[in-house]
Amino acid sequence: MTTLALSPPRPPAPAARLPRLLAGIGAQPADLRRHEQQHGPMPVLRRAGRLIDVAEASGLTGRGGAGFPAGRKMRSVAAGPGSKVLVANGAEGEPASLKDRLLLSRLPHLVLDGMTLAAEAVGASEAYLCVHDTEHGLLDHLDLAVQERLAAGLDPVPIHLTGIPDRYVSSEQSSIVQYLNGGPAKPTFSPPRPHERGVHGNPTLVHNVETLAHLALIARYGDRWFRGAGLPAAPGSMLVTVSGAVARPGVYEIESGTPIGQLVMLAGGPAEPLRALLVGGYFGAWLPVQVAWPVAMTHASLKAAGGSLGAGIVIALPASSCPIAETARVVRYLAEENAGQCGPCVFGLPALADALGGLAYGGGRDGGVAQVATLLPLIERRGACRHPDGVTQLVRSMLRAFPADARGHERSGSCAGVGRSPVLPLPRDEQSFR
Amino acid sequence: MSITLRVNPIACVGHGMCAELLPEIIRLDRWGYPILSSPAVPGPLAEHARRAVQACPTLALLIEEAASKHR
Repeated sequence: MTTLALSPPRPPAPAARLPRLLAGIGAQPADLRRHEQQHGPMPVLRRAGRLIDVAEASGLTGRGGAGFPAGRKMRSVAAGPGSKVLVANGAEGEPASLKDRLLLSRLPHLVLDGMTLAAEAVGASEAYLCVHDTEHGLLDHLDLAVQERLAAGLDPVPIHLTGIPDRYVSSEQSSIVQYLNGGPAKPTFSPPRPHERGVHGNPTLVHNVETLAHLALIARYGDRWFRGAGLPAAPGSMLVTVSGAVARPGVYEIESGTPIGQLVMLAGGPAEPLRALLVGGYFGAWLPVQVAWPVAMTHASLKAAGGSLGAGIVIALPASSCPIAETARVVRYLAEENAGQCGPCVFGLPALADALGGLAYGGGRDGGVAQVATLLPLIERRGACRHPDGVTQLVRSMLRAFPADARGHERSGSCAGVGRSPVLPLPRDEQSFR
Repeated sequence: MSITLRVNPIACVGHGMCAELLPEIIRLDRWGYPILSSPAVPGPLAEHARRAVQACPTLALLIEEAASKHR
């Protein structure tokens, strides 16, 4: 017996394993009635810690990028002293990720169910749902959803909607905790980590909103149901965002472990001949198409391929684009998004962006490949957060995947692809810089 | 007891005192921030390490005392 509640009105048929999270998704936000028609009412926990057991047994891992086991994180928070705090991280910082926004804007009650269930499971007395403060429409309609639940008496722990600054590093979990404590939305030096001492000094569970949505379904259908999709070592489904040169870019729900090539075909297939895929977002890695195609969408497989799964981002780079210029442009953005705190990041990332810009557009002025390679170890593992390491992983993957392009740029100054409009999205694209 | 050093990179503003006092372990990068050749401090350098920690104007160099394996 692994379920937490009596059987829901429409148990998902085993034959159609997906969609799960995205079942019944429409063009408009699903209100509470619609949500309960789809998934049944929010289950009642028989015992506070029960969901933690089921979450651990399910094998669910965090869907925000780091992939830490969700149940274990809950257990360590629950075991901590005093009051507990729950933070739902919906501040999607990755420019190429849209999945959290999709969930929050269309299926808010799935996330809110997950929040209330997780808050009860760890014994939290405060709960925060964080999204970017620039997303006024999203905040407004989430507020409606929270009010709907208030009227229905669904959330014993009140859910506070919080807008956080729209910067790349502000969605890092220690940034959110510091911001909720009245400080700047910037990463902090650890330890203590949020699960030890977080919001108001209390043990704090920070879960990505997709992770919480999975918990809402696991609480209804159980851990064995969850494991009925995906791989034994990486179970369940996951949301991914596919963009770039594919016929139907967008957010898809796939079984964990789906080969990347299959995912590209799910997104309509290549819109033009492809050169490479950027997998895992801007802290991820470039993989040549032939290398990436059979790789399974799991943390372990992508790590073995020299990349990372991140928040499930795949961007298809057409053959006519220049991977050096694309990387240089993103690294410039990431350099400007540094928190301004740690010297190696504050000075190293702009220097790296200069070197890459020189390579992409200036025939290796500023030292070319050698200068890029020299800077990387001066940046890696020297920041308080993973921002600098994410950037160097991206750049290392560029050097590995496109050595001939890098040499070609050094030799002839540039390439035909540099003139093509960029494929990798940036939040400030309308301002267009390089 | 064995001791290890750690830099709090947020607190560090690159005064460079640590590299003056503990050149055996700490050098400065091109921007003046410390690079530790290894976090573990050999016994004979422990006193120098403590002095470097005390000298840091921003308290960014930290010493962590780990109990040895034979507890």
